[in-house]
Amino acid sequence: MDSAVAFLTSKIPFLASLPFWVVAFLVMLVVALVILGFALTYEGIATYIERKVAADIQVRIGPNRVGPNGWFQFIADGVKLLMKEDLIPAKADKFLFVLAPYLVFVGSFAAFVVVPFGISLIAADLNIGVYYVMAVTSLVVIGILLAGWGSNNKWALLGGMRAAAQIVSYEVPVGMALLPAVILAGSLSLQEIIRSQGGYLGIFGWNIFHNPFTFFSFFLYFTAALAETNRTPFDIPEAESELVAGYHVEYSGIRFAFFFMAEYGDMFVVCALAAALYLGGWQVPFVDVSGLSPLLANLLSLGVFLAKVIALILVMMWVRWTLPRLRVDQLMRMSWKYLVPLTFVNVLGVSVWVLAFDGKGIPALVMSLLGR
Amino acid sequence: MTAREIYEVLREKFGEEVVTEFQEENVDPPAVVVATEKVAEVLTFLRDDPRTLFDSLMCLSGVDYEDRMEVVYHLHSMTHLHKVTVKVRTDRENPKVPTVEKVYPVASFHEREAYDLLGIVFEGHSDLRRILLPEDWPGHPLRKDYVYPDSYHGIKV
Amino acid sequence: MEIERLPESDELLINMGPQHPSTHGVLRILLRTDGELVTGAKPDIGYLHRSLEKIAERVTYAQFMPFTDRLDYLAAANCNCAYAWAVEKLAGIEVPERAEYIRVIVCELNRIASHLIAFGAFTADMGAFTPFLYGIRERERINDLFEMICGNRLTYNYARIGGVSHDLPDGFLDELKDFLDYFEPKIDEYNQLISYNKIFVHRLANVAVVSKEDAIAYGLVGPNLRGSGVKWDLRKDEPYSVYDRFEFDVPVGFGEKGTVGDAFDRYMVRIREMKESVKILRQAIEQIPDGPVMAKVPRVFKPGPGEVYFRAENPRGELGFYIVSKGGTSPYRLKIRTGSFTALTIFDKVARGHLIADIIALIGSFDIVLPEIDR
Repeated sequence: MDSAVAFLTSKIPFLASLPFWVVAFLVMLVVALVILGFALTYEGIATYIERKVAADIQVRIGPNRVGPNGWFQFIADGVKLLMKEDLIPAKADKFLFVLAPYLVFVGSFAAFVVVPFGISLIAADLNIGVYYVMAVTSLVVIGILLAGWGSNNKWALLGGMRAAAQIVSYEVPVGMALLPAVILAGSLSLQEIIRSQGGYLGIFGWNIFHNPFTFFSFFLYFTAALAETNRTPFDIPEAESELVAGYHVEYSGIRFAFFFMAEYGDMFVVCALAAALYLGGWQVPFVDVSGLSPLLANLLSLGVFLAKVIALILVMMWVRWTLPRLRVDQLMRMSWKYLVPLTFVNVLGVSVWVLAFDGKGIPALVMSLLGR
Repeated sequence: MTAREIYEVLREKFGEEVVTEFQEENVDPPAVVVATEKVAEVLTFLRDDPRTLFDSLMCLSGVDYEDRMEVVYHLHSMTHLHKVTVKVRTDRENPKVPTVEKVYPVASFHEREAYDLLGIVFEGHSDLRRILLPEDWPGHPLRKDYVYPDSYHGIKV
Repeated sequence: MEIERLPESDELLINMGPQHPSTHGVLRILLRTDGELVTGAKPDIGYLHRSLEKIAERVTYAQFMPFTDRLDYLAAANCNCAYAWAVEKLAGIEVPERAEYIRVIVCELNRIASHLIAFGAFTADMGAFTPFLYGIRERERINDLFEMICGNRLTYNYARIGGVSHDLPDGFLDELKDFLDYFEPKIDEYNQLISYNKIFVHRLANVAVVSKEDAIAYGLVGPNLRGSGVKWDLRKDEPYSVYDRFEFDVPVGFGEKGTVGDAFDRYMVRIREMKESVKILRQAIEQIPDGPVMAKVPRVFKPGPGEVYFRAENPRGELGFYIVSKGGTSPYRLKIRTGSFTALTIFDKVARGHLIADIIALIGSFDIVLPEIDR
């Protein structure tokens, strides 16, 4: 932040006349707007892609009416949701009902702040980045619980309770599955973690290939993250065929859109985290981006990062349209009986590995054996 | 066992007062008419006796014959692969038949339907309510003298 | 409708339906739950009651044929044929052999179509949307075949008392053969895609178990009965029409992944039955004779006085017609006994002690169709 302000004031003399906090505020505003713009566009396009992916898997055509190949479908959907009548059930708790979608959206959107898009494209490189994401995404569960309670609908209540139980349970394996990467980098800052995965090893410098424990950690994280985002096969809070639509059954129009966008935002965040912590983030294999000109480096790293994230999102979509849904008790059992112990073992394993091999991964050890 | 043999068995067991008639001509499967108040016992016997073993009640229907009501039980044995129809007759104005839901649990819904559409009261039924029609529907439509209502809750029928 | 509840209990009463994505129509179930655990379930039916039995007393025998389409709209051809067989049995009409073969062909085709919907809807209930579309894709070809035969795709009104309305069109049997060659491998594809999916199996195994004795006592029929391990198929055990001329197996549930009679067994019985139907169809194509497709039936059709109970094996189990005739042009009384109707009798008993998600598995594995229940 300080450096950005200093950079701007040195370039634009007008800004230098303003007090520091005004400039800082302006910078924050601009960054927030840019991220919001990115998030909304991404969410729109993601819904379109999801529909196309689903259609492809289901031998259908999918949206193809609005614009070429249906590309503007999400705009039409967005306009429709905006124009819809704002319905609040008569017996709903109005305050909670109205508050819930904002909480959910804020929870998902705030996590974008620490998403490392590129070598220097990050809104705030917090030194507690990983924990920050964990913390703000927990807001989502409060929003969902409020939505379930405030709707004054039994299906919504069941959905809210399920969501609370599920997300709280899966916070544990998600957090524990992230720790191995943190241990290896010795930092909670996402940029630090990504930087630690660069170097001459190329893709073998990524944390996922560091040692067997991190390899499993990645998959454990991805599984638990699917549950955190309420995606099939863990979509029991919505469970269309059981709870109608779960916690957002009473929502329509733009309030529903908030839930919808939050889901896609969450998907992006967990995939971004997976990419950053285990798949090298914006590191371009065998290219040292920090040596390039800033513009090129940023564009290249942004492209690589987005490619990784989108690949993971596509896997999520693929899973969603392939697998059936777990039952509530099976979901809980999976978290507490399998994921949690396994992630603990992984954390322990990685710690021992770091002590035993001085922080070197298998690829690095192999290279050193080969004499490099 | 043929239906006639089943009839003989029933006749022997329950006597003439209970097992009154045997219908064979143009009735498929052939029917045994039994006394209304004894129907549960007759069906229990038919179900449990090793010679008959009628373990499944295929269908239970009520019929309005204008001078009487009949309840028709179509029985089938999965073991002996034979069939028989059991009929009971009841008064048309005040139709009452003992329930057989304890003998054949499947009868529960069929009896509710007969009550709903024909007004036959199955005595001892655990949950005798209308099943297909709304709870406040007037009359029993499958009766031959049913008068069609003009409206229902102000909606023209 | 009420469901008994302790006055001070924490139990929740939930209306599942009449508008609910997984009740397969307008079925309402009043659930009493303790959290997610169901402690009581009462089905409430009748939302689709069209008084078909009353209509039957007003229209002639032939005029009632289109109404049977509306019994089980997923297996309209089976309902048509069952009604025709019942009336023919009542009146003692001999149907030409070719007509019987055509009926068997349409019945088995429709059985496949119906089981495809059952398979698709069930997997969709379980949260996997994709297999539904696969099922629909194959059913579409069956609909095309039906369109070839009679011009309709859903409600066929194809059978007539004494035969069928038209002979098969030219080239139909070749088209049918093509379809069977295309379809048979698809069944294995379904099994690979979803049937043995670990999540799917875990959701269904040991869920909604119906014992053999209960299944018979509560009048479960068709695939639901066979799912409980009772080897009983009217086509085999009480052959009507020309079914005694075909070689086929009767798949039964044998506790493949859990207990005999659980939801998975009922599901697998349907999948396997599609294979058996394909077998029957192939034999029917080989055996079908030439000849007329309509018996001589008087224009004013009046069966003599009498009564008959006839049942046929439909995709949803026995469809029974109890017809009482007093010699008029319309039935004196016609009672329709359907498989889905009796399946609901056991609902409360099985539902207790399951989770809400299992209730969905229960409804889906019974494969009920609401118009058939409400008539």
